[in-house]
Order: sequence, then C-alpha cells, then structure tokens
Amino acid sequence: MNDTLLLGAVSYDPKVVTIWEGFQQYFAERGLPFDFVLYSNYERQVEAHFLGHIHVAWNSPLAWLQSEQIAARLQRRASAIAMRDSDCDLTSVIVVRSDSGIGGVADLKGKRVAVGAQDSPQATLIPLLVLAEEGLEPHRDFEVVPFDVLLGKHGDHIGGERDAARALLEGKCDAACMIDANHMLFQQEGTLPGGATRSLLQTPLYDHCNFTVLDDAPAEAIAKFRSLLFEMSYADPQVRRLLDMEGLKQWKEGRAQGYAMLDRAICRFGTIDPFVDQVVEKCS
Amino acid sequence: MQLDLGDLTFARGGALLVRRAILRCLPEETLAVTGRASDLAIDLRAWCRGEGHTLLRCEAGPPLDAVIAAGPAVRQRWQGAERAGGMDTIHPHPPRRWGLAARGALVEAGTPEFRFALDDKLPVWSEDAARLYAQAAAAQWDPATAVPWDTPFELPDEVEDAVVQVMTYLIENETAALVVPSRFLAQLHPHFKEVMQLLAIQAADEARHIEVFTRRAMLKRSQLGLSTAGGQASLQTLVEEPDFAIATFLLSVLGEGTFLSLLWFLQHYAPDPVTAAVCRLAAQDESRHVAFGMSHLRSHLAGEPALAAKLMNAVHKRHDALRHTAGLNAEVFDALVLMAAGSWDPEDLAFGYDAMDALLADMHTQRIRRMLKLGFDEAQAEEMSSLHTRNFM
Repeated sequence: MNDTLLLGAVSYDPKVVTIWEGFQQYFAERGLPFDFVLYSNYERQVEAHFLGHIHVAWNSPLAWLQSEQIAARLQRRASAIAMRDSDCDLTSVIVVRSDSGIGGVADLKGKRVAVGAQDSPQATLIPLLVLAEEGLEPHRDFEVVPFDVLLGKHGDHIGGERDAARALLEGKCDAACMIDANHMLFQQEGTLPGGATRSLLQTPLYDHCNFTVLDDAPAEAIAKFRSLLFEMSYADPQVRRLLDMEGLKQWKEGRAQGYAMLDRAICRFGTIDPFVDQVVEKCS
Repeated sequence: MQLDLGDLTFARGGALLVRRAILRCLPEETLAVTGRASDLAIDLRAWCRGEGHTLLRCEAGPPLDAVIAAGPAVRQRWQGAERAGGMDTIHPHPPRRWGLAARGALVEAGTPEFRFALDDKLPVWSEDAARLYAQAAAAQWDPATAVPWDTPFELPDEVEDAVVQVMTYLIENETAALVVPSRFLAQLHPHFKEVMQLLAIQAADEARHIEVFTRRAMLKRSQLGLSTAGGQASLQTLVEEPDFAIATFLLSVLGEGTFLSLLWFLQHYAPDPVTAAVCRLAAQDESRHVAFGMSHLRSHLAGEPALAAKLMNAVHKRHDALRHTAGLNAEVFDALVLMAAGSWDPEDLAFGYDAMDALLADMHTQRIRRMLKLGFDEAQAEEMSSLHTRNFM
C-alpha cells in the first residue's frame, strides 16, 4: 500500500458509495490521501484487514469482536479509534402483541420468537442472550424464527427486523426482536400500528459500529484521519449531507466497553468461532 | 422546561411535542419529560440518540421521568441558512441555490443548485404578471358547462365540413401555443413565481381550447379535417425558437394577437351557437396571453433597447424560413370564407370574401397597433406585420 489511507466498508446499501465518495473528497481537500474498498460482507472485510489489504475497517460490533479475538490469537492488537454518536448506548426490545397474554419473559417458553438476520447483534444475538440469561435457552425453551436478509451484513439492513415485525402482527410468531430505533420507526411508518404491540423487554445498553485499526496501521495518517473526523461539524452543509446519510450528528472517541454483552452472546452461542479459527489459520 | 406527554405515545405524536419543546429551550436549559404511555422510555432514548441529544436521566416508570440536554445539531442545521429573497421583492438574478424554495422562505445551506436557464429578471418579469394571473385564475371556465353543447342545430353538410376544418386548424395551432410556454415554464427560475403561474395557466387555457375545439369538431362528424405541411412548418419555427423574448414576441404578440382577430371573426360568423361559444371563450383567454406578452416585452425593451433589433431580425428570419411554404392552406381559407358566407350561393360567397378581406386587414392593423405600443416606429411595424406568417399563428 502507498501513502493513501485505505478504508474498508461493507456495502449494505447503495448509499454507502455516496457516503464514502463524499468522505474521500472531504479528506482529500484537507490533505489526507484517502480511498476506500467496499466488501459485500463483514467477514471478507475482517479477513482483508488482517491480510493487510486495508488500514481502517468501518466495522459492525460483531466484526469488531471478530477482529479483537483474531488479533488476540495472533498476538496483535485491535483498537476502536472512533464511532458515531449514534453508536453509543443502544438498546433492543422484544415486542409482543398487546392482546397476546404474554406478561413476562417466562411466558415465552414454548413460543415462537422472531429475530433478524442470524448475524445481527441488535435483532438476534443480544436479545437471545438476554433471554438466555433470564433462563430461557433459545432453540430449547422457545423456537427461534430467523428472518435472514443479507446475511454477512450483520443486521445493517433493516429488512430482517421489519419482516420479523410483520410476522408478529400476522400471528406467525409470538414475539419479535428489534433495535429500539426501529421499534420507533415501525410505529411511525405504521408497520406496528398504534396499540397493536407492546414491549416485553428492553435490553441493557450496548454500542454499535466503530472504526477499527490494527497495531500496524500508519500512525500519522490514522491520527490525521481521526482529527479530521472530529472536526466534521453538522453546521457545515457539505458534511451535514454525509452525516445525515451515515446517521450521526458528530463523531466520538472509540470505546470498547460497550461490546461486553455481545461478547457474552457470541461466547454462549459460538457464533464466530469457526470464522476466527479460519482467519487465524490463514494469517499464522 | 417541563413537558408532560400525558397518555400520548412517543411515536404517534409525542416526538412532535418533545421536538417543539427542545426548540423553545434556552441554550443550556434542560427539558424534563414525563408521561404515562407505555414504551415512552424506549422510544425517547432511541429518538434522542438519533437527534444528537443527551438523555441525562431516563426512569422508565411508568410514569416516565426523563431529562434531556439538547445537542447542538438542532441549531447547527440552520446556520448559514438564507432567505430566498423577500416575499414581494424580485431579485434581478436569483441564485441557483434557492432552487424550488418559495420566495421569502428560509433555505437551508447546502441545498442543491438547480440550473434554471431563465434566471434573469429582465427578460421574463412583468409587473402585470400577478394581476394577469389573478384575472386568469378567476376567469377559468369549465368546458363541460360553459358551452351549450346540447343546443340543437343542423348545418348544411359543407358548412359543417368547413367548421370541422377550421377546428382542426385551431387545435393544431393551440397545441403550439400550449407547447411553447410549457417549454419555457420548465426553464424558469421559480423565484419569478407570478410569471411561472401565468405560463402554467396559459398552458391550461390552451389545453381547454384543444378540448372544446375537438369536441365541437366531433359533434356531428367522426373524423377531423386536414393538417398541412406548410402549416406545421410555420408552427415548427415557433416551437423550436430557443429565445424566450423572441418566442413570446412571435407567439403571443404576433401569433396570438392575430388569432384574436380570427377568433372574434369566427365568433361573429359562427353558423351555430356551439362554434360561437367555443371561439368566444378562447378569445377571452387569448387576450390575456397577448396582454402578458405585451407587458413583459415592454419591460424588457425598456431595460434592453437593443432587443428591438433582435425581434425585427427574428421576424425576417422566420419569414425567410417560411418563404417556400404554402402558408395558410387553401382548405382553411376556403372554410373561413364559407363560414362567413353561410352557403355556396354566389352572393353569399362574395360577402364571405369581403369578410375575409376585412379580417386580414384587421389582423394587420392590430399587429401594427401592438408593435407601435411596444415602441417600434410605423415603418418598422408595417414591415414586420407584412412579413408575419400567412398561417396567422
């Protein structure tokens, strides 16, 4: 790689191209040579990161944990250097029909619980962990009904959660898992009509995406990248357009403490073990 | 500040109240929110995160007990915003960045630029535009009820054929009169709102004219009349004229001005009440179109006297382009004579010819009168009127 800072991102939506083209221009105008590579799934991106194809990865929370575990196994170090304000302190909810008679988590025993994509932290892994920690083991104590939309994108695509919400309303399942922002969106857009559903459970807080770098990242370029990110102001109309598309108001310092719950989930369900083994073997 | 949402859910109205309250908070002031609806805490947290606000406290309850510190984004969005001019102040060259915003609206910085080709006040603006638009809006008529379609009448076959031929010709010409303003309408900066509205209603007028002329033609017949190559060649020079001032001059002042004489002629000699009504209604509308063309060309000529030579050149150029075409087709001319005559009786036909002569003379006189009003001298007006297309429009 030359002096250009190379970022990897996953193309979960066509707007991703517009966003990173815009950021590329923003960085270039401020003296940071920057380019990006789009991957169709996070696993490909994480592997490419460890193979040295990119310097920075715009990672989902699951991709962050994959990177963290692979780095540990390879005696390397992964760092979360920045994240969106909207990546901090998320929650997920488990929603039931208002007239279902389900009054508590224990009532889900023997029921059908709709989740998002199998690799979605917010609509599958974290809600299932919370249920498991409350004593209801997925697949054993209740049926898990997955709505897999764009597997490999770690739930970035909203489609799986919307399908789960619709399945709940149609009576095809007894509960549905979704991120809190989508819960609000589905009510506003009418997918969940007013009064038709209620929340059975809200998870504790967790964090979402971050920019991940490995210990061999070019320090000077990364420092410049971070500083330019933090200089982005919502008051700047050119930047605002990009921030709106990416769903944030300002960039914040990266932090790793918001992933503990997801970490427990993947340990419990063994979600990423085969992938981590595979990349470790390839990079050893 | 305190806000109680009562039993309102957040997703179905509560968000509006919270957003409104946050906008009313003073800088550094926090907003305390209470409410009894279920899931309030869940939705409020998600909303605050998306809007960039900080949730200082959030006890789900119920009742909800939350405190919000507003983030800067809500005010940052409107930094650098500007008014798209004043409500009643016409900018000489409105910026592209105002786009489609209503004149006087507060436009967010970073709004995409629109490339409106007609973005100079001088060539398009008329102080009369608002008055003429209001007049046009008030004078809209319903084709279904404004014309006595059901009045019984019978005409000799050949007179009916003549009416059908004239209607066919009128439809073709009114189509040109619809297409030309529509083309410019799409290029006009919306800052010139009144002109935009006027052009739009002008196009709508022509749409109605096409409707009523078609309906009259088909009242007793199952087929329309003839459309000639020469007639269409003449109209093509109008439709393809790229310059707004020239197109307006050729279409509205010379073309529709000439058509006014024709429509009043047809109303006068109409052999039946339906023909008389559709021509009268169309003439009333056309007089507004001529008035607007005159009004804004007067303003334009006052601000740019060199435009006069450009308009004269355009008349010459059009005349040269049409020199080898037939002009008004014989079938239309004959049909007009027959309509005025009322029959094939030789005495009646002689009267019809006299009436046509009088019509042509009136068209010429009215064209000259309008050009004198625009500031051309008599010789120039006489020459330009003589060179005007024999196809009338």
